[in-house]
Amino acid sequence: MVFEYAPAPESRAIVDIKPSYGLFVNGEFVDAHGPSFKSISPSTEEVLAEVAEADEADVDLAVKAARRAHSRVWGQMPGRERAKYLFRIARIIQERGRELAVLESIDNGKPIKETRDVDVPIAAAHFFYYAGWADKLEYSGHGTGSIGVAGQVIPWNFPLLMLSWKIAPALACGNTVVLKPAETTPLTALLFAEICQQADLPPGVVNIVTGAGETGRAVVSHPDVDKVAFTGSTEVGKAIARAVAGSDKRVTLELGGKAANIVFDDAPLDQAVEGIVNGIFFNQGHVCCAGSRLLVQESVADEVLARLRRRMRTLRVGDPLDKNTDVGAINSAEQLAKIRALSEIGEQEGAERWSAPCELPDHGFWFPPTIFTGVTQAHRIAREEIFGPVLSVLTFRTPSEAIEKANNTPYGLSAGVWTEKGSRILKMANALRAGVVWANTFNKFDPSSPFGGYKESGYGREGGRHGLEAYLR
Amino acid sequence: MVTSTATAAASSGHDWGDVAASDASLRRFLHGLPGVDQVGAEARAAGLGTRSIKTTAKAFALDLAIRMVDLTTLEGQDTPGKVRALCAKAIRPDPSDPTCPSTAAVCVYSDLVATAKEALGSSGVHVASVATAFPSGRAALDVKLADTRDAVAAGADEVDMVIDRGAFLAGRYLEVFEEIEAVRAASGPAHLKVILETGELQTYDNVRRASWLAMMAGANFIKTSTGKVQPAATLPVTLVMLEAVRDYREQTGRMIGVKPAGGIRTSKDAIKYLVMVNEVAGPDWLDPDWFRFGASTLLNDLLMQRTKMQTGRYSGPDYFTLD
Repeated sequence: MVFEYAPAPESRAIVDIKPSYGLFVNGEFVDAHGPSFKSISPSTEEVLAEVAEADEADVDLAVKAARRAHSRVWGQMPGRERAKYLFRIARIIQERGRELAVLESIDNGKPIKETRDVDVPIAAAHFFYYAGWADKLEYSGHGTGSIGVAGQVIPWNFPLLMLSWKIAPALACGNTVVLKPAETTPLTALLFAEICQQADLPPGVVNIVTGAGETGRAVVSHPDVDKVAFTGSTEVGKAIARAVAGSDKRVTLELGGKAANIVFDDAPLDQAVEGIVNGIFFNQGHVCCAGSRLLVQESVADEVLARLRRRMRTLRVGDPLDKNTDVGAINSAEQLAKIRALSEIGEQEGAERWSAPCELPDHGFWFPPTIFTGVTQAHRIAREEIFGPVLSVLTFRTPSEAIEKANNTPYGLSAGVWTEKGSRILKMANALRAGVVWANTFNKFDPSSPFGGYKESGYGREGGRHGLEAYLR
Repeated sequence: MVTSTATAAASSGHDWGDVAASDASLRRFLHGLPGVDQVGAEARAAGLGTRSIKTTAKAFALDLAIRMVDLTTLEGQDTPGKVRALCAKAIRPDPSDPTCPSTAAVCVYSDLVATAKEALGSSGVHVASVATAFPSGRAALDVKLADTRDAVAAGADEVDMVIDRGAFLAGRYLEVFEEIEAVRAASGPAHLKVILETGELQTYDNVRRASWLAMMAGANFIKTSTGKVQPAATLPVTLVMLEAVRDYREQTGRMIGVKPAGGIRTSKDAIKYLVMVNEVAGPDWLDPDWFRFGASTLLNDLLMQRTKMQTGRYSGPDYFTLD
C-alpha cells in the first residue's frame, strides 16, 4: 500500500514581483547609474526581475542619506521612540509573513516549509527582541551612544533573516544602515524596503543597495561608513578585513564553518539522526553553521549510518513551494558547480559516496542529499566548507579523540554533542572551540542567544545582549 | 524462571536468551535501549504534523483511516441495544454510500462480546474485547485470566489487555512480562493488544521500554491507552511506539501492530497519524492488520470529510448517524 502525497503547492498569487527594481535610498526607490542584473528562481531558472546594480556613486548617495538620517533624526531620537518603529516593522513582517515566505522561497530555492516556519518568524522575532532593547541600552553594558552609519553585506542563504540580524540591532542602537543583499537573492530585501515605507520609517534610516561584489566593496570601503558588518565566505571576509585595516571602522565578520556533529554511543539515537539530518540538509546545507562533519563513535557507527540512510530515503526533494518539500533547490549554478566539484574530489580521494534515491527536476539547480563515509581528517571534504547537502562521516573511539578531531579545523562556528550524559555535555562544551555548541539538538536559533565564531569563522557576536556591542559606543 | 524464558521464545518467536530471566536482566536490557530525547521526539512529531495531505492523497487516507477504526464503546451504561447499533454502523458506516468501507473492528467489554459477534455475523468486522480488569488492571492474575478466557469463549477475535502499571513503575518488569505471557496464552487464537496506558507511564523512555517488554512477551499489537486516563494517545507517544515496532522487526523479523486510542477526534488528526506511520514505521504498517485507531467520534468526522471530498459540499453532523 503506497501513500503518495499529492502536490500541495503554496499559491504564488500573494506575491507581486515587479518586472524591475531600483535602489532604496533615502526612503524612495531610485534608478541606479550602473546596468541591471537578473534575479532568477533557482528551482526553475525562470527570470523573476531585473534588479539595479549600484555603482560607487550610488553607494555614495546611500551613505550620504544614511549620514543625514543619523545626524538629523535617528541618532537624536529617544530609544523608546525608535522602539515604536521597530515594533511596527516586526508586526508588519508577521502580517505579511506569507508573502515574505513565498517570495523568499521563489527567489532562494529553499522550501516554503522553512521560510514559513523558520526564516520569517525568526526575522520578526529579531525585530521584536531588539525593539525591546532600544530604550534599555543603559543596561547593556556596552554604552548608549550610536556609532553612525553601518555598511552591511549579507549572504544568499537566509536573505531576510540575515537582513534582520543586521538591521534590527543597528537601528535599536540608533545607527542608520546601508545594506547590500546578495546578488542572487535581492527580492525580500526590496520587499523589506516597502515595509520600511509602510512603517513610516524616516527616510535614510534604512538604505538598500543591490549589486554584486563591486557594490559590496564600495559599501564596506566607503570612507564615511563607521561600522562594517559582513556575513558570508571566509575568502570575502578576509578581503574586507584587509580593506578596512588602518581605518577606524569597526568590523564584525560571520564567516564559514565546518561544524562537527558528535554522536556518542549513549545518544538518543532516533533524535540524533533527526539532528544529523537537520544539521546538514536543512536549507540544502547552505548554512554556515551546518553540521557538515558527522563524528560518530565507532561502537554505534554502523547502526547510526543505517538509521541515517533509512531516514534520508524519506526526504522529499523538489518544488520549493510544495508544502511537503524537505529539501529545495541549490541557490545558483555557481554553487552547484562547487558542490559537484568537491563531491568528485571526495570520491577521488577514496571516500564512499551515497545519495538518497530521489528524482530531481529537469530544470533548475539540484543536488541530492548525500553522505560520504570512510572520510578521514586528511580528506578535502572533511576540511573545506562545501556549503551544500553533503555530509562527511568520520568516526572516533574516545571523547578526547572526538574533541581533537572536532577542533582540528581552521573554522569554529558551531558544534553539536549527542549524549544522554549531562556531565559529558558540559565537558565537551568547554573543550570545543566553537562559538555555538548545541547539545541534543542542532540549528536552533533565537534572537536572545549570541551567535558567532572562533578562528576563521570570524569575529564579533550577533544576537542577544552581545549583539549590541558592535553597534554601541 | 526457566519456563518463562521458554514461553517467551515460543510466544514471541524469538530467542531472547536470558533476557527474561529476572527483573535485573530485564532491567539491563530495557534500560540499555537508546534513550528518547523528549524535545527532539516532540519536535519530530510536530514536524510530521505539518505535512499537507490534499486531494487524492486525502481521499486515500480517509478511506484507509475508516478501515483502521476500532469503533469503541466502553461505558458502564452500555447495553446490547447500543452495541448492536454500533455494529451496524461498523459494517456500513455510511448507509447512503455502498463504496464506504467497513471499520476494522468493534471494541466492547467482554460481557457484550457475544452480542457484538452475533450482530457482526460474517461481515468480516472483528470483535475486540477489553479484558484483564480494564481499565485499571488492578485484580488478581487468575481474575484477569478468567476475564480473558470469557471474552475469547464468547467469540472475541482480539483481546485488548492492560499492563500492570504499578508493577512496571516499581521496576517489577518480570511480573509484567509474565502476566502478558499468561494472557497471551489464555487468549488462544485471538490477537493480543497490550495497552501500555502511556498517560500513566509519563516518560517516553518508559513508553519505549514498555513497548519492548510487551513485544518480547508476545503482544501482537501495542496500544497507547485505555481512553480513561488523560493524556491518552498523542503523536509523540505514538512516534516512540512506531520506532519500537520498526526496530523490533529489524531485530527479530516479526511485525507488531500499533494502536493509538483515545483523544483522536478529527480527520486532520487521523491523517497526521497516517503520515507518521508512513514515514517512521514505513508503508508496510499502512494496513488495518498493523495499525488501528481506537476511537468513537473520529468515524463521523472521517465520514463527513469523505462526503465533502466526493460532493464538494460539507453537510452537518445531523446527516450522519449518531451511535
